[in-house]
Amino acid sequence: MAPWKYRFMMFWKYKDLMAQLVSRDIKLKYRRSFLGYLWSILNPLLVMVVMAIVFSTMFRRNIENFPVYLFTGQVIFNFMNTSTHQAIFSITGNSALLKKTYVPKYIFTVSKITSSLVDFIFSLGALLIVMIATKAKFTPYILFIPFVALQLYVFCVGLGMFLAQANVFFRDIQYIYNAVTTAWMYLTPIFYPIDLLPNDVMWIVKHLNPMYFYVGQFRDLVYYGRMPGPVIILAGCTTAVIAVIIGVKSFLKTQNNFILYI
Amino acid sequence: MENRSVVIDVDHVTVRFNLANQKIDNLKEYFIKLVKKELMFQEFLALKDVTFQVKAGEAWGIVGANGSGKSTLLKAISGILKPYQGDITVNGNVAPLIELGAGFDSNMTARENIFLNGCVLGHTEKYMREHFDEIVEFAELWDFLDSPIKNYSSGMRARLGFAIATMVKPDILIVDEILSVGDYKFRQKCEKRMNIMLGGGTTLIYVSHSLDEVRRLCDHVIWLNKGIVRMIGETEAVCDSYLKNMSSK
Repeated sequence: MAPWKYRFMMFWKYKDLMAQLVSRDIKLKYRRSFLGYLWSILNPLLVMVVMAIVFSTMFRRNIENFPVYLFTGQVIFNFMNTSTHQAIFSITGNSALLKKTYVPKYIFTVSKITSSLVDFIFSLGALLIVMIATKAKFTPYILFIPFVALQLYVFCVGLGMFLAQANVFFRDIQYIYNAVTTAWMYLTPIFYPIDLLPNDVMWIVKHLNPMYFYVGQFRDLVYYGRMPGPVIILAGCTTAVIAVIIGVKSFLKTQNNFILYI
Repeated sequence: MENRSVVIDVDHVTVRFNLANQKIDNLKEYFIKLVKKELMFQEFLALKDVTFQVKAGEAWGIVGANGSGKSTLLKAISGILKPYQGDITVNGNVAPLIELGAGFDSNMTARENIFLNGCVLGHTEKYMREHFDEIVEFAELWDFLDSPIKNYSSGMRARLGFAIATMVKPDILIVDEILSVGDYKFRQKCEKRMNIMLGGGTTLIYVSHSLDEVRRLCDHVIWLNKGIVRMIGETEAVCDSYLKNMSSK
């Protein structure tokens, strides 16, 4: 277990770098904009309003309080979507730095996921506003949100690390992944109820779409105000662990060759 | 002083690059080449079987023509490149000055970059806060602290980069021809600082095309030629024969 102990020590040594990179991402994002950080809440809110207007005319019939239904799916999926899309470029985009100094390379990938997590937390503020505005009921179950966020974060770290290392060798990944996430979004019940799907597709989504596990749990806690079932919790945790194992293994295996391709 | 510890042990190191005809970095090309059996792996050895040991407190210069593997050797020592064969053992913390300000984010201010760059070098934020004044003092950049780095001249960037990297007392300082952008006064200042560090027991690895600087700073020199060690030894002897070889061409 010696190499793992060493890696942990390295991570500890560079934890401040991680904090710096995350704060850089957040600072630069809204630099020179008049409303600044407020955009982190305003932006998802505005997108939400547009989507709610568009889709509520289409699916109004069987979903009550559609804005909250939509938003609970949207924030979860958005976090996965933006964090992994940024993670893809985390190695190739920092090539100048990686060529010149020794830094544990995964720091860049993990920091991108983490700064998206901060955005996610901001968008929870927007969700809160929507819930108050639509007079949704609040239950103590929302205290379990961090538990779902943790699963999703671990899942995204795994997926992000896998994509980041793959993109170093094959730059097509970034384009392929665009199409993948679009398909993924339509296969996740974000703006439609799951029982609208044909039976066989529904089976696939319920059993093989990791985002369903997280959206489902989150929606149980916030929208339905109940505890998610044990099966979906177990599925969510297991998927996160599997993703992070695959991500870390593939990353460690290839990281010494990055320098030859970036 | 004879039995000083070995801080850098370079043991039969070979570094290999893939010098394929074109760089294949997308899947489509990869499969086409795979099918056409054109997936060549043309290897290029940037360093061949290099062996030497550096003891604590020594100052080594690396000389050689362009493309002889000097920077590759520095990168291998600082851990950026993994050698293909052989081993490199480094004891102590390394401050690599391979390109000054490589970690700067041009959209951020100098103040923010000092913290970011310090953390890239493995320091904590607290440590950087304690040494902040010292860095700015050395770089002489009080007036420009809050303007973005993109507005800086290359000399100013180099000054800031050097100040950050040498603010700590590293065990090993690796310098790759970086001071060429600074003005005369600043180069003097840098050299003085390096001399002080050397006096304090820091080991120096120095790459330069200026033999004068090498003679002034270093006590040992490696002469690389196309990845092979041509000569290794005391500064005067190696520099003299290097100069002779260069002028006879």
